[in-house]
Order: sequence, then structure tokens, then C-alpha cells
Amino acid sequence: MGSGLLSWLRRPGWLRRGADGLVPWLIPVALVVAWEIAARTGLIATRTLPAPSAVLVAGWESLLSGALLHHVWISTERALVGLAIGGSIGFALGVVNGAFAFAERLSDSSLQMLRNVPHLAIIPMVILWFGIDEEAKIFLVAIGVFFPIYMNTFHGIRTVDRGLIEMGRLYGLSSGALFWRVVLPGAMHSILIGIRYELGIMWLTLIVAETISASAGIGYMTMNAREFLQTDVVVLGIIIYALLGKLADALTRAVEVRALAWHPAYQRHVEGIAA
Amino acid sequence: MSLSALARRDAAETLEPIASPQIQPVGDRRGIAVALDGLTKSFGDREVLRRLDLRIAPGEFVAIVGRSGGGKSTLLRLLAGLETPSNGTIRLDGAALSGLTPDVRMLFQDARLLPWQRVVDNVGIARGKDWRARALESLQDVGLADRAGEWPSVLSGGQRQRVALARALVSRPRLLLLDEPFGALDALTRLDMQKLLSTIWARDGFTTVLITHDVREAVTLADRVLVLRDGAIACDRRVLVPRPRPVDDPQVLRLEKELLAAV
Ligand SMILES: Nc1ncnc2c1ncn2[C@@H]1O[C@H](COP(=O)(O)OP(=O)(O)OP(=O)(O)O)[C@@H](O)[C@H]1O
Ligand SMILES: [Mg+2]
Repeated sequence: MGSGLLSWLRRPGWLRRGADGLVPWLIPVALVVAWEIAARTGLIATRTLPAPSAVLVAGWESLLSGALLHHVWISTERALVGLAIGGSIGFALGVVNGAFAFAERLSDSSLQMLRNVPHLAIIPMVILWFGIDEEAKIFLVAIGVFFPIYMNTFHGIRTVDRGLIEMGRLYGLSSGALFWRVVLPGAMHSILIGIRYELGIMWLTLIVAETISASAGIGYMTMNAREFLQTDVVVLGIIIYALLGKLADALTRAVEVRALAWHPAYQRHVEGIAA
Repeated sequence: MSLSALARRDAAETLEPIASPQIQPVGDRRGIAVALDGLTKSFGDREVLRRLDLRIAPGEFVAIVGRSGGGKSTLLRLLAGLETPSNGTIRLDGAALSGLTPDVRMLFQDARLLPWQRVVDNVGIARGKDWRARALESLQDVGLADRAGEWPSVLSGGQRQRVALARALVSRPRLLLLDEPFGALDALTRLDMQKLLSTIWARDGFTTVLITHDVREAVTLADRVLVLRDGAIACDRRVLVPRPRPVDDPQVLRLEKELLAAV
């Protein structure tokens, strides 16, 4: 075992890097294999948990019939509309309250109070207001994503290095230039953290909202399947949510790497060249 | 080019004296005359500067030393237009100072570069006509033209301070204010920076006010050294020794002793 590890470490760099890339996959693959075996041998009843292969088949059939893409598209649309509305309001308020002390005094304590209400707790209220239509789900997503982006934008803008702002003023930057070239980039790290939180909350809210009431979307698909005891479709729905969440996270990572290229923590590729 | 090669070249660069031949005399702009009359600044009920009267001739190099909290930075920030006087007047070339102007530039102890902008974009931060060409020219003056495309985070402390100096010089200021700009640098880098500053000052002839806690630095660089104590000028001495000034010159040593006693 010890000598095996040693020889593995001595392999050429590219091989080791390739193997390194596989390491995070070891546990998930092992789990899936164990699960398949357990389902096939009857250790787990199909009613409880279908075999991964059954989930794959269900996914494939749903894809061919067009139902899967339909539901995914409806859910994604809801998520993005809610995100656009809640995210942009949260960002704008974060900027205004971060930049102007008066605006902060005016609205921040009210916002902090609202923040302490779990947004899913207002679902009955939302159903009273909007019924069980699209608006209700979009409203919930918008409320859910509002606070992480508001808090992080506000915090990011507030903590921009005062010295840099002073330097910008000294060099005659207009308030517009000061915002775009000094304040916003300085707050970017924090804003991106807000966006990552926000995306997590976005999917979570949508799952809950769609499970309560919908006539399309992934939540509807799984609830519907539950009634007909199609456990394979239920598991499929859960996996789709996980994949969408992962995709959103990967996109933000990519934006982060670009937007924070100046940040020493994001300059790993440079180190690679120097080595 | 690999980073390690850059680092090697850089080490060599720091050891050599900064090449002065590339700095050509310009001489079209002269320094600005500074006149302070009864200048007073209070924060709340604490008077930080008390009825300060001071004349600085165009092109003069003035160093200010003094104990911590004596009001040196406050004085400099007033001259830069970052603070407004509680009382008294500041005049530049006879005209009352009105806020920020490109004629006056300031260097701080930390370089205050924008980490998210490349070196050249930092130097040309004020933008304006031909800013990139002017920024590159200014970088050339401080010997960092080849680092124009890098992020500030990969530069050493001394190099960052040189970039800050280049940024200050782009607008060809007539008054350069320096608030302990070399305070955080190691002794060798510090000597390089001092040499660079005096070379550029000799070429451009701007008026310079340098705050330093190092009396030797003050005496080596300046035409005139002021001691600021409790918000007032406690001592005002001319340095008549011709440049470059040997550190063991008896006159320099005597002045150093006298100033240290006055601080
Ligand atoms: N914005 C401010 N508000 C309140 N007090 C201030 C402000 N700026 C400076 N002071 C006070 O004014 C006094 C002088 O400060 P200043 O920074 O000018 O001193 P200094 O001579 O530069 O000191 P050091 O050598 O430590 O940099 C200090 O007591 C400081 O607390
Ligand atoms: Mg100070």
C-alpha cells in the first residue's frame, strides 16, 4: 500500500494531474455502484428507491417525449425571472445604502427586521395575494434572493478601502468613474459571494413553491410522479435540481475567476506557468 | 517570460542605482509658491494646527519632521485640498486654494494602487487625452516601463511605491506632497527611492513637501527642514550642504543632532 502510493506520487506530472482530477469522483461512483447492486439484489425495494439504471431510463424516456425539457425550462424561467427581479432590487438597494449614509439610516433597520422573517413562512400570505399562479412562485423566489445580494452588496460597498476612494477623489475622478472603477470592483468579491448564496436560495425556494402548487415544472413533475408511485421520476427530479444547482454554481465560479483575475487568490494559472 | 526570471531581473534592478541618464531635463514647468497664513485646523475642540505661518518658494524641497500626532499629515491633507482649514488661508502662487487640482499630487505611506487595474491603468487613473502614452512615459521615468501590464499584487513594496510616484507625476504637478512614502520600505530600497525622487525633482523643479520620521532622510534630501511640534513650527533650518550630501559631512551631522533635539 505504502510503496504503491509512493510510486503513484512519482508518476509524471500530467498523469498525476489526470488522476488528481478523478479523486473527487471516487466516492460518488462507489456509492452509485453500491446502490445499483443493492437495488438489483432486492436489498432495497424499488418502491423505496429505484436503481440508478431505472432513473437513467426514466430520464431518457422523459427526454425523448419532450416532457423533461418542458419542465426544466418552465422551472428555469421562473428561477431566472425571480432572480432578475429580486437580485436587481437587492443590488440597487445595497449600492444606495452602502454609498449614502442617509439612505442606510432610512431603510436599513426596516430591511434587517424583514430579513429575520423566513421567506418561506409567508407562503400562505403569498397564496392569498397571488393565488397559485406564476406570480406567487416568482414573488417567493424574488424575496428569497433579495436578502443575500442586498446584504453582501451593502457590506462590500461599505468596506471598500477608504484610502482608495480618497486617492480616486484626489485624482479628480467623477462620481461615476469613482463608482465603476473604484467602489464596484472593490465590492465585487463580496457581491459574488452574495450571488452564490442567492443561487442556492433561488433553487430551494423554487422547489418548495413548485411542490405546493404548480401545473408544470420539476416540482410538479416529482409531485405528480409521487401520486403514481413512480419513484424513478421522483429521484430524477431530485437529481435535476442538484444538476441545475451545480451548473449555476459553476457559472458563478467562472464569472468569479474572470472578475477577480487581479486577486492573488485567483492567480493559480500564473503560478502554473512559473513552475 | 517566466515569473522567476522576472523576479531575478528585478532583484538586479533593485541593487543597481536607478539609471538617471534616461531622465531628461524638461524645465518648462516650475514649482508653485505656497503661502500659509494663520492656518488653523481643529477636529472637534482639539486644535491640531495652531496659527501656522509658512512661505515655501517655488521649487523648494521642504522636509517636515515631528513626533507622531503633531499634525504633519493634517497639514499635508490641507495642502492637497482633502481637508478645509478651520481658520486662516492657503495660497498657491497667490491664489486661494480651492479644492483638488491636478497641479498638486500626493503620495501616501501605502501606495494606494487599485489592485484590479493593471499597473499602466493605475498610473493613468486620471485618464484624459493620450493618457496611456503619458502613463507609459511616466513609468519609464521610474524605471518600471516593462511592468506596465502587470497586476499591482505581483510587485514588491518598493515597486508599488514607484508606480504611485509615476501616477503622481503623470499630470506634471507643480507641488508634490509626500506623507512618509518610504516609511515601510527596507533600507536599500529606501535609498533607491530617495535617489529617484531627488533626480526627478532636480529635473522637473516642482515644489516638494516631504514628511518623514527619519531626520537623516530629511537632511539628505531637503533644502529646508521644519520641525512640527504641537501644531506649530518649532524649528526651521536650511541645509546649505551641496548635493549629493555625504552622510558623514560634519555640517549634516550637526544639523541632524540639532533637529533631533528639537523634535
Ligand atoms: N479626521 C480626523 N478626525 C479627528 N481627529 C483627527 C483627524 N485627523 C487627524 N486627527 C487628529 O489630529 C492629530 C494630528 O494627526 P496627524 O495625522 O496630522 O499627525 P501626524 O503628525 O501625521 O502623526 P504621524 O507621525 O503618526 O503620522 C492627531 O491627534 C489625530 O488624532
Ligand atoms: Mg501622519
